[in-house]
Amino acid sequence: MADMTASDVPAPLAPPRLSGALAFAARRAEGIVIPLAALIAGMAVFSLFLLALGKSPAQFFELMWRGGFGSWFSVQNALLRATPLLFAALCVALPARLGLTVIGGEGAIVLGGVAAAAFGHWLSGLPSPIVIFAMGLAAMIAGGIWIGAVGALRHYRAVNETISSLLMAYIAIALMNQLVEGPLRDPASLNKPSTHPLDAAYRIGPIPGMDVHWGLAVGVIACVACWVLIDKTRWGFAARVAGGNVRAAQIQGLAVGPLIVGFCALAGALAGLAGMFEVASVQGTANASLAIGYGYAGILVAFLARQNPLGCIPVAFLLGGIAAAGGLIQRRMGLPDATILVLQGMLFIVVLMSDTLYGRFKVFNPDRWKRAG
Amino acid sequence: MTDLAISRRSLLKTSAAGAALGLVGWPAFPTRVRAAATTIGFIYVGPKDDFGYNQAHAEGAKALKALDGIELVEEENVPETVDVQKTMESMINLDGASLLFPTSFGYFDPHMLAMCKKFPDVQFRHCGGLWDKSKHPTNAGSYFGYIAMGQYLNGVVAGHTTKSKKIGFVAAKPIPQVLNNVNAFLLGARAVDPTITCQVIFTGEWSLAVKEAEAVNALVDQGADVITCHVDGPKVVVQTAANRGAFVCGYHASQAPLAPEKYLTGAEWNWATVYTMYAKHLLAGEPLPNFTRGGIQDGFVKMSPLGPAVSEPARKQFEATLADIRKGGYAVIKGPLKDNRGKEIAAVGKAFPETAIELESTSFLVEGVQGSTS
Repeated sequence: MADMTASDVPAPLAPPRLSGALAFAARRAEGIVIPLAALIAGMAVFSLFLLALGKSPAQFFELMWRGGFGSWFSVQNALLRATPLLFAALCVALPARLGLTVIGGEGAIVLGGVAAAAFGHWLSGLPSPIVIFAMGLAAMIAGGIWIGAVGALRHYRAVNETISSLLMAYIAIALMNQLVEGPLRDPASLNKPSTHPLDAAYRIGPIPGMDVHWGLAVGVIACVACWVLIDKTRWGFAARVAGGNVRAAQIQGLAVGPLIVGFCALAGALAGLAGMFEVASVQGTANASLAIGYGYAGILVAFLARQNPLGCIPVAFLLGGIAAAGGLIQRRMGLPDATILVLQGMLFIVVLMSDTLYGRFKVFNPDRWKRAG
Repeated sequence: MTDLAISRRSLLKTSAAGAALGLVGWPAFPTRVRAAATTIGFIYVGPKDDFGYNQAHAEGAKALKALDGIELVEEENVPETVDVQKTMESMINLDGASLLFPTSFGYFDPHMLAMCKKFPDVQFRHCGGLWDKSKHPTNAGSYFGYIAMGQYLNGVVAGHTTKSKKIGFVAAKPIPQVLNNVNAFLLGARAVDPTITCQVIFTGEWSLAVKEAEAVNALVDQGADVITCHVDGPKVVVQTAANRGAFVCGYHASQAPLAPEKYLTGAEWNWATVYTMYAKHLLAGEPLPNFTRGGIQDGFVKMSPLGPAVSEPARKQFEATLADIRKGGYAVIKGPLKDNRGKEIAAVGKAFPETAIELESTSFLVEGVQGSTS
């Protein structure tokens, strides 16, 4: 509303610096106000759903606050669950800047985990910094090859990347099962086939003072780095140009092929790191628990964040908190686990629909203020 | 003066009591009720109404509602990741749980063990028989049942019912527990007719509806007319088989309501026995056993009531075998017996009762089972 009043003031009268700052703030505000309003609208729709079930929305959101955000325990719970989502979301957000919809991050996570576990076992005996570095590298290479291949198929063979990445995720899970139940299996893991357990020295522990492992810090750094890459570097600029119009980018002489393959490979490498942290910080071994849908949850995060790597951080935290509160809601309200999925689904749809609102509000568009005045 | 003093004192007492009630009793009422009861937490890897593994545990948990002083908290669909660790912590911190049952096999290591260390005053009991005195903390423990004997009884009824002499098994993964069930199912059928064969199909996952349905269709196409399974939720297998006209034997819980005409019998967990035992120990303030196992004779496993399609000879042999099993020490794997690659498993006179430690690392399929573990 303050912006509206500002728009009524003739531009020449306002000090140029202030109006510049206002215009800047207004432009930035659009990307924050619309998703927030969409979230609130989604929750309102969900409240109707709860009322139809005869449950209290007030109790639901109170429990959601308490279980996901209301105490230090809950916040750590949310952050821990957000950690793999950060990497998984980047695996969607990076290719999205090239106009690609990659939804198969799950495959890169799973293979990253297996590669990390394998190298952790093979290099057993070496100093732990070397082994942990090698595990991270192996995970990134495995994930990078997997999603890089999706990019290559897209650019060089015109295979739809959405379909191929999804199908390759199934192949990756099958490959993981084959390796974990076959050559990489720890013979002692009888009823839940797993790789050899990682030596305690190669486990990655919690961040000091927290109950959350270092994956969180690395994930946040990765989000910031990806934002810098996309928004502040010439590669990011080239990617955005290619994402906007491939032909135009080619006419400009941009190396579209390497850009697509490179961004996809980077996206896959980051997803691979999620798998590595699952192995090194959570499970201590690679097994079927790697494929529990982090890759797919990441799609939701990236879309809610409108493919903005920085936006992935709060969105992952929000979804982590919702997931963290899910258990409490089940226990206290007698609602099935699917309730949380319904909430996620409603938020997802409302936020996607809100995409059509961009550019429609004069408030956020300083160029149109003057005409209005 | 004295009178006044006494009345003042009693007045003070009464008002103090009233204030105490008002301040402590009333506003804190919900918390106090919660704390007064002993809270037991159950965690399931899938939905509580899956007609299978999780439903069997949820039915067992429900039996505790009949006990005074027990409050039940339950959470379903909890994956075997940090999620389950946080669920356990949340049940302890927010619900005040003093005994937890994380029921899925994969919850044990590292998740439950990590929580055992973090909360030494809370008791944890895990379904699966992994607890080892020399390796694991004393506030942890395991319970499990010998359910292969139930699959053997399934096999006896299947052996009488099959006309094609081919029976089918939809299995999740070639791990020892599953292989014991497949072997027992066929050996039960062969106790009726030694020419019967069993085709096994591994889906590779504990819960993968599409593949389970495909597997049933493939088995029926190959001539199998009695089907059973070992997957987390047998619903799809039972319904698909019944739709194709095959008879079914259940597993984990009763699937009779899904196919009342085609359901023969089923090997069911009877976790109520185990959970009631633990809860009673807890209420009495006694230490909980760390390691508990049992079979049909101990009430850990039960059979679904026989369905309408079960013939009279089948019923007789079923009941006779059941009575033998109840005596204890019954062996399904006994010599002479070969695996399906021709290698000898048990020489003449050698027998492995259900309690045999060797059966915990079974890696073979017995002769007559068509399928491969790798």
